[in-house]
Amino acid sequence: MPKVPGMVKGLGVTFRTMVETLKPSGGPATVQYPHEKEEPSPRARGVIALHEENCTACMLCSRECPDWCIYIEAHKTLAPPRRAGGKPRQVNQLDRFAIDYSLCMYCGICVEVCPFEALFWSPEYEFSEVSIADLLHEKERLGEWMETVPDFEPYEAGSEAKGKKVPR
Amino acid sequence: MTVTDSQKMAYVAAQAADARVNLQFETEDGMTLNMGPQHPATHGTLRIVAQLDGEQVVRCEPIPGYMHRGYEKLCEVRTYPQVTTLINRIDWLGSFANEVPFILAAEKLMDVEAPPRAQVIRTILFELSRLGNISLFLGDLGIQLGGITIGFYAFRDREFVLNQIEAATGGRFHPNFDRIGGLKDDLPKGWIAETHRAMDRMRRLCDEFEELVLGNEIFQARTRGIGVIPADIATSYGMSGANLRATGVDWDLRRDACPPGLSYDLADWKVWTHPDGDSYARTWVRLQEVRESTHIVDQLLDSIPAGPIMAKVPRIIKVPEGEAWVATENPLGEMGYYVVSKGDLVPFRVKIRSASFNNISVVPWVTRGVFVPDVITIMASLYFILGDIDR
Amino acid sequence: MSELIFAIELAYWQQTLIKVLVAAVLIPTTALILGIVFLFKMMSWMQSRMGPQEAGPRGLLQLAADGLKFLQKEDIIPDRADRFVFKAAPVVVLASTFLTYVILPAGPDLIIENLPTGIFFAMAVSSLSVVGVLMAGWSSSNKYALMGGLRAGGQLIAYELPLILAVMGVVIQAGSLSMQDIVWAQADGSMFGFGGLGLPFVITQIVAFFIFMVAIQAELTQPPFDMPVAESEVVGGFHVEYTGFRFLFFFLGEFATAFAFAAIAATLFLGGWWVPGIDPNSALANIVGPIALFVKIMVVAFLIFWFRFTYPRFREDQLQRFAWKYLIPLALANITITGILVVVL
Repeated sequence: MPKVPGMVKGLGVTFRTMVETLKPSGGPATVQYPHEKEEPSPRARGVIALHEENCTACMLCSRECPDWCIYIEAHKTLAPPRRAGGKPRQVNQLDRFAIDYSLCMYCGICVEVCPFEALFWSPEYEFSEVSIADLLHEKERLGEWMETVPDFEPYEAGSEAKGKKVPR
Repeated sequence: MTVTDSQKMAYVAAQAADARVNLQFETEDGMTLNMGPQHPATHGTLRIVAQLDGEQVVRCEPIPGYMHRGYEKLCEVRTYPQVTTLINRIDWLGSFANEVPFILAAEKLMDVEAPPRAQVIRTILFELSRLGNISLFLGDLGIQLGGITIGFYAFRDREFVLNQIEAATGGRFHPNFDRIGGLKDDLPKGWIAETHRAMDRMRRLCDEFEELVLGNEIFQARTRGIGVIPADIATSYGMSGANLRATGVDWDLRRDACPPGLSYDLADWKVWTHPDGDSYARTWVRLQEVRESTHIVDQLLDSIPAGPIMAKVPRIIKVPEGEAWVATENPLGEMGYYVVSKGDLVPFRVKIRSASFNNISVVPWVTRGVFVPDVITIMASLYFILGDIDR
Repeated sequence: MSELIFAIELAYWQQTLIKVLVAAVLIPTTALILGIVFLFKMMSWMQSRMGPQEAGPRGLLQLAADGLKFLQKEDIIPDRADRFVFKAAPVVVLASTFLTYVILPAGPDLIIENLPTGIFFAMAVSSLSVVGVLMAGWSSSNKYALMGGLRAGGQLIAYELPLILAVMGVVIQAGSLSMQDIVWAQADGSMFGFGGLGLPFVITQIVAFFIFMVAIQAELTQPPFDMPVAESEVVGGFHVEYTGFRFLFFFLGEFATAFAFAAIAATLFLGGWWVPGIDPNSALANIVGPIALFVKIMVVAFLIFWFRFTYPRFREDQLQRFAWKYLIPLALANITITGILVVVL
């Protein structure tokens, strides 16, 4: 059998793809974005959500952040004692927790170093703003994203890592 | 904001350097063509100054530095975990592969070794980033040569690889997943089966590329015999990776000098070389590399051992005093980090050896006497990432 | 009914006015049709995408929206440009396109002007666009534009020859330069004594058809011959400095010329407006004719754009070599053989 010239084969590839795209069973590889959305994987690093009750204002995230885009302000207050009759505890009351998403590199170091499980990744990605200054989000907004945080997935077989839970 | 004297001096020096280049290339007869810093064929901001005689190139010089970000200096004021997220951005198409040599160098200094499970997963992700990088090359080469369709195919199928990287690490482009002593997290359930499917898609892309571009007579006419680099020139310019293998030098760090911490020995694979050294050979070698990578990933996926993914390392990482050099075979070629530590939280000095800078330094040699379209072919087939040149 | 319409006698100026109006509406429409059907939709499908979806039903008005967008853009003329030549160049290109439409027959009576030397006229005016392209490249005062313009000049001149030589084969077989006569020759012809299907010249002139298709690909500066406008090399070539409605002129010119050349190919090789089974002398042919021609044009345009979306581009010297070493000798051989056969048979 004589060799089919490469130029003819190439025409075949494009024609095949066109038929594939137009077939009801095939369809295009793209998604019509504002109308239909792709589901990011649960681990996707979309935006950082804050579970405010767990935050002790320890400043670890703020210090470890490579571009210092986390702003934390807090003051010390006295909380009621754990057991009846005990002394009141001294706790840090969080005044301000803000992440400047125009600086954030989405590296995830803050989420990783947080010792009290207060920061979580959410795959939410639609938070663009018209002005770059509007990307500085305070703790109220960060707390709203907490609802979009999915549960951690189970691990692949053979894993010894401990499963984690998202506080709700 | 006040401008200091040194800033003024730097500005004057930059202007003078610019003028010098222009002056050197300006001649009585002929024409100087500035390709870039904004030119569609320089994928980034590489400036190519070419002295032309008609359409023929008399002299041609790439001028990097328009995107210099000073990574080596930045690394000196970042702690070791922070450096990882920074060096993701060097070769932004194969980010995970950038992290690995640095982490391996730090591991070498700290004398820890990642558990076997982490090593295998690390190798898989390394190969996935290679696939993500080189599959884009396959599409980009088509676009540079005028056949835009393959570009869309490459983006379409590369998405499957990126999805797998995202599903495991959380980041499509900048995983920041490698840690000193292991990995940040274990794989999610169902990842292995899904990755096998992505590998099938990549192999299909390779077949389509072969039919649509590589087998095309026009493509062969454009690339065969264009930009021939002999083996001795390639080695003397310090070229590495697929560009070197396309000149017939059988050299692959994955096989020859695989640093501890990566488990390429678990898979059965082959290093492809091509004797010609022209643009076609470079394309062909990369295509075979993609195929070979999918096979490596397939084999390693089936041989992931059970166990932990993190060795015992302190929470606050202080690297003991010493110096270490680790180089790996990155998608673009040899990438190495020379890390000097003074026992501090931050590295004292980091020297980054990235492949693209050496790979494009051969451009003045190889573009003498070629036509302007061949410059595009040669640049595209040498395949550089601008972040990898300028760092 | 239709006899009545076509029986109305109009004064010369009335006829001319109608023809001008029809052409002025028709030509941008043809460019829009080709742009949407092939550039937007077919190209997307071949690249497993859907193409524009938002403007109009299924995105069909996208190109009209783009055209409006171009009209709103600022008209930038480079400081050192030769202003008069710079402004005139798109008009010259578009004028050559408009002139080509003059001789396209869409039915036995539907033709703007049935010139006795129709196809010769078409070839002549279509090469006018070279002048416009060279003007654009020269006057832009941009090195890329100059290179693109010169490339275009060399290429268009080189491919004008095979184009004309390919047409010659058809002309010899039909025995006329008039487009209408060529259609009639195909309608009256017969295949192996069977006259029902006529004789589309694509069957006897398959070599000429091949050369013609290659040459119009180069004339239209489409891949694999798009060096004059190559994005990755000369950043758009001769129209790199054009914005707004001047760029729109080039765009319209490109696609309207593609339509015109597809129409010429359909007329010369596929029988034009003629449909087997319909009496070409009847008034029905005037109604079915344009539809048949449109379908045939679409088939040819599909081929043109299919090549465009599949192939990488040649290098300038390879293109010249291909034209002078292969296409022109092949076309000459085709003419010789056709001539001999016409005389012998």
